[in-house]
Order: sequence, then C-alpha cells, then structure tokens
Amino acid sequence: MTRMKEGVSWVLPILFLILVWELIAQSRLVPIYLFPPFSTVMLSLWLLTVQGVLPHNLASSLLRVIAGFVLGGLAGVLVGIAMGVNSKLNRTFSPIFSLLMPIPALGWAPLFMLWIGINELLPIALVFMCSFFPVLYNTVTGIRNVESGYLQASKTLGASKMKVLTTVLLPLALPNILTGLRLEAGMAWRVIIAAEMVAIPTGIGALMIRSESLLRVDVIMVCLIILSLMCLLFEKIFLKFEERTIHWR
Amino acid sequence: MNLPTVELVAVFNYALKGVNLKILDKELFVLLGRTGAGKTTLLNVITGLADYEGTVKFDGESIDEIPTEKRGIGYLFQNLLLFPHMNVYSNISYSMKIKGSSESEVEAKVKRLTEIIGIEHLVNRYPKHLSGGEKQRVALARSLASDPKILLLDEPFNNLDPRTGKHLRLELKRIQRQLGVTSIFVTHNLSEAAELADKIGIMNDGRILQVGTPQEIFFSPENSYVHEFLGAPNILECESCSPIGNDLAEVRANGLSVIAPYDGEPIKKLSILPSEIFLSRYPIPGPHINVFEAEIIKIQPSDTVVQISVAVKNHLYEVETLAETCKSEGWKEGTKVFVKLRLRSIRTWPRPDFE
Repeated sequence: MTRMKEGVSWVLPILFLILVWELIAQSRLVPIYLFPPFSTVMLSLWLLTVQGVLPHNLASSLLRVIAGFVLGGLAGVLVGIAMGVNSKLNRTFSPIFSLLMPIPALGWAPLFMLWIGINELLPIALVFMCSFFPVLYNTVTGIRNVESGYLQASKTLGASKMKVLTTVLLPLALPNILTGLRLEAGMAWRVIIAAEMVAIPTGIGALMIRSESLLRVDVIMVCLIILSLMCLLFEKIFLKFEERTIHWR
Repeated sequence: MNLPTVELVAVFNYALKGVNLKILDKELFVLLGRTGAGKTTLLNVITGLADYEGTVKFDGESIDEIPTEKRGIGYLFQNLLLFPHMNVYSNISYSMKIKGSSESEVEAKVKRLTEIIGIEHLVNRYPKHLSGGEKQRVALARSLASDPKILLLDEPFNNLDPRTGKHLRLELKRIQRQLGVTSIFVTHNLSEAAELADKIGIMNDGRILQVGTPQEIFFSPENSYVHEFLGAPNILECESCSPIGNDLAEVRANGLSVIAPYDGEPIKKLSILPSEIFLSRYPIPGPHINVFEAEIIKIQPSDTVVQISVAVKNHLYEVETLAETCKSEGWKEGTKVFVKLRLRSIRTWPRPDFE
C-alpha cells in the first residue's frame, strides 16, 4: 500500500507537468515548431522508433557508455585498490590524481581529438576519464576507511594478505565503491551526449545536434526524454545492486 | 619436563620494558593492570601484531619469525570486531574456510561450537542484529573455531551490564575448562580477575610486577604498587562459618560476627576495601548488621581522602573517608565511633590454595 502511495505521489507531478506542457503548447502562445505539444513528441518517439533511427543512435551511445564506463570503472577500482592497500603508492599518486581529478571530462575533448582523432575511441576515452577519477577516489577512501582492527582480526584468524583483501577489505569498501560507480553511471550519459554533439556523427547527441539544424524540436525533446530515462535507469540499476550486496549495513 | 605453553623472554618494545612470563598448559592466566599498563600490547606481541625485541616461545619453540596468520592463536578483541558483512555462521567459520576445511567439517564444527556456547539460534543473523552479550558469544566462538592452542581475550566483557558480564565469565571459565585451551585474559577489573584466574599477573608501566594465584596476589602482595592496586584491603581471618539462607552466612572473623555473601563453599577469609567501610559517631540507623563499636587510633591528614585506622576488638582496620566529612564530624584520635561493613562489598575467599 505504501509502495503504491509512493508510486502515485511520484507519477502525479509528472502527469501534471505533461498536462501543463500540452495545454501551453496547444494554446499556440509559443510557435509550435519551437514548443511542440507532448502528444506530438510522443508521436515522433513512435515514428523514430519504428523507422529504426532512435534504436540505432541509442545503441551507438549505449555501447560507448558501457565500454567507457566499464573500462574507467575497472581501472578506477584496480588502481584504487593498489593505492588503498599500499601507502607508498598512495603517497606517490595522490598529488597527481588530485591535480587531474578536478578537470571536467569534457575538458579533455580537444586534447583527445588531437591525440586519438575523431573516431569511436574518442567518446569512450571521454567516458573513461569521467568514470576513472571518481571511482578511484571512492575506492581509495573506501579501503582506507576500513577499521584496521578488522584486518588484524582477519590476520589472527589465519588470513594471508590476499585473503584479507578479498574477504574483508574489499567487501567492507564495497559500499563506497558502489556509490562512486552509481554516481558516475549517470554522469557517463551526460558526457557522451556532449561528446557526440561536438565530435561524432552518430548517437543520441549527434541526433540532437542534427535536429537542431533542421528545427526539429520534437526530436530534440524525444532525445532529452531518452537521456533522462537512461540516466535514471543506470543509477537505479546500481542502487538495486547496492541494496542487494550491502544489505548487512 | 613440561614446557610452558607460552613463554616471553626479555620482551621489550615501545610499551613493554623487559617482560618475562611463563603460562602453563590449559591455564587461565589473567593479566591485571590499569589502562596504559601495556596489557593489550603484550597480547599483540604474542599474536605478532606488534613489533618487539626479545623472544616469544610456544611450547619451548621461538615463534618470533612466524607471521601472525600462522601463529594459530584465537584472539577475542576488546571491541570484538565481528565482520559486519558476514552472518554469524560465516564469522565463526571464517578461519576454517581460510584453512581450506571441507564444508562438512565446517558445518560440524560450527554446530558443536554454537551448541557449547549456546548460540545455535543466531547462526543466520548479522552482527548488527545481535545484542552485546550475543556478540561476545559469537566472537568467542569465532576465536575458538580454528582450535587455537592459545586463546587471548582483551577485556571482552567491558561494555556489558554486570549481570551479563558475570554470566559470561562463568560461561567462559566452563568453556575454557571443557576445551582445555590455554588462555590469557586481560582486564583492569579485580573482581573479574579473581573470579576467572588460575593465575594472575599484575602489570604496570610495561612490567609484570607479580605473578601468583588470586589468593597469593591478594593476601601477599609483593610490593606497595600491588597492595595499592588491590585497594589495600582489610583482611579478616575466619574462625567459623554457618549458612543462614538467602545466599548469606554468619562468619566469626577477628572476634566479630559478620554477615557475608555465601556461595556454598566454606569461607576462610573475608576482605573489604577501606572505601567500603562506613564510619559514624552515632549509632547507625537501619538493621544492626555488620555494625561494630570502634575507636579511632590514627588519622592521616589529607586534603581529599583521609586514611583512618580504627580498632575493633583489638584488630586494626583501615577506613577511607572524605577529608570534609572527617572535619565536619570532628573525628580525632581516641574518638569512639561505629563502623559498618557494607554487606555487598565484603569479598569472601573460599579456597586456601596458597596455604
């Protein structure tokens, strides 16, 4: 019952927004080519889907996000573990990463365009940069925040260094690591759209920028809705995963 | 020749200043001392968690080069450190799984331990869903699961209410006897030490000051620090003891008839701390139990707590009271007073092992 109530309280404001959107657009207060009604946007969504335009572009963006995110996340976790367990490594690399981390992922775009060229690797590299640093930071923090007593307890119970890492350190650092991954999962979509807008001819971002030149506001709105849904979906997947794996908290 | 199970020879480090210690097989040894005495550091030296100079031997063999994980020690930490991401079963079976025991062995062992310790019903719970006492039991089971030759316990019952603490101490003693594991128990609590120990080691400032049975320590302190640490208790020699019901006995001691707690064993000595004797110029109201006429023999002046020696039937007793009270009551040497021994503060000593 409470779940249903929660669902209703979530959906109602959205329905209200759609209604206001539809009414304002239908009233023709704003030219319809600049502000199409919700119904028109939904029709465009349907047409773009059946014509295959949307699935094709979405698949391109999705693959890039997954590739960049998996590589960046994995590298972040691995380097984070190494820095988390080894104080010397941490002392050496912390200042370097602290300098690089504040640079926005898109800030790397001009440099990567020259280094990598305008090809499939470019958006993947940008998503990699967007995921790597935050995940690295969360992993290091997660590992270093594990109470040292647990490590001692595990040692006295006979665990080797590797066992301490896999059975105690990583599981206890997991909440931090997953939070990092979840926050960056949404961020990866924001980066990929921007990258596709400026540099790549395929993907949701490219579709949006082409629509802008054709004055197809309805298509832009379809893309924005898809983007919003994808960000939400990615974050939700990680949230569910977090709930399942760290139920002991 | 029977070698000691644990032996420390001239052990030094940042907190220990030349510790020599022998603990015999199956012994429950209590390390007693104030906070900062070096008790936990000594346990950490035995486990290999703290660096040290000197030698630690198990069964006569030096283990200085053996890393912590291979020393085969059970360690019950002060803050227990149950792994929060594992349920009780996984916590207890952790060391066995690390060693590569088969699932059936693990299952049988966990079943046996949880039965002995009385926590069979908790195996699927996570630490966050356990009470303080339950956590202690689980931590004890975990430290025993790998059949350690030596069990170290660092003030494990500190944060429990007195009743649960007492119950767990009795349980611990029973389990320790049943499994026959040599144990070192660290505490700053004298009652806890007296209740548990086969032998007590008094520790201060990184040194072991005295080792002996509880009675040896209590009745024959070897130096003034130990005497003071024990609270400089008044000792009463018992002449006879007759149970009067309600876990009480009437004891003839030092020519007085004293009502004392009684647990079924004949009482040989009574002890009471100076701070637990109440002094009054006038007859003390309430039941006339453990109230005696006395005379003040000597007062050692002080700004805070005054030491007063009183004579009761030709025996001297030390009493502690606030300087303010002493002044306002106008007590001086030769004043006739009444003393009351607080019933629940009287400690009884049933086993004359040292005699």
